[in-house]
Amino acid sequence: MDVITQPWPWYIAGPLIGLTVPVLLILGNKTFGISSVLRHTCAACIPANIKFFRYDWKKETWNLFFALGIILGGFVATYALSVPGPVDINPQTVSLLQQYGVKDFSGVLPQDIFNFGQLFTLRGFALIVVGGFLVGFGTRYAGGCTSGHAIMGISSLQWPSLVATCCFMIGGFIASWYLLPFLLQL
Amino acid sequence: MFGIILVKSQVVSWFRIQEMFHLQSFHMYGVIGSAIIVGIVSIQVIKRFQIKTINREAITIPDKKFHWGNVYGGLIFGVGWAITGACPGPLLAQVGSGFLVISITLLSAIAGTWVYGLIREKLPH
Repeated sequence: MDVITQPWPWYIAGPLIGLTVPVLLILGNKTFGISSVLRHTCAACIPANIKFFRYDWKKETWNLFFALGIILGGFVATYALSVPGPVDINPQTVSLLQQYGVKDFSGVLPQDIFNFGQLFTLRGFALIVVGGFLVGFGTRYAGGCTSGHAIMGISSLQWPSLVATCCFMIGGFIASWYLLPFLLQL
Repeated sequence: MFGIILVKSQVVSWFRIQEMFHLQSFHMYGVIGSAIIVGIVSIQVIKRFQIKTINREAITIPDKKFHWGNVYGGLIFGVGWAITGACPGPLLAQVGSGFLVISITLLSAIAGTWVYGLIREKLPH
């Protein structure tokens, strides 16, 4: 049981994530990608006659089920298969984040920042709402997210995906080095 | 299953993402890198042996065409990724893990996608 309840090392988790690619292809000829689910949700709920959302989203319901599966999986993994405790991150990262004002290191994300009360502070709004907006906008503009581009795209040797992945990383580096310290201290 | 893997490998952790972008841990690079290697090998195997789907269809992978959105959108996504500490998959998994406030992030991401659809024609691609 220990093997299950302990966090999994990268050399177990990574290959398992990689195997999602052939599994989806073989089960249903589907290309792995999660961010499309955001688009399908728009198409299903609020198409508003926008051309980009007028398509037969019902053909893509597997994607919505996949998303529900992730939520369910998150629930099962957290409540049934885990020993609660802080994520074992590099002490250097901890001290750096402490300098920026992060106090809570007990869960998978800093709960002193990511909670409903913080939503109405500038810092919480920037991190939770603006951050989410950038994820949704950027991923669709880029044509995919970490799963669709970095994993599925590069796996099938598509160079635009490599370009997009490099840009994800560049954007991320810039934000976490220069933008986040500022945002966390708002 | 995928949600379980995401949580168990801690790639859903905001802290892990910060660690990655500060080059202070190999964990995330190991996860993504080994996922890609397994993906490449399995697609090559599928192509070489012309493996069919369980419904006996030929497996097709649509080509992605380059457009400048890959660059601009990629940069924007990267910024959002670092701030929220999550891409769309982990956002879903975090909601499942009981961080209900992340459903706001998720709604916001849906709004972001919607706005992209709205102004798509005006953006450089």
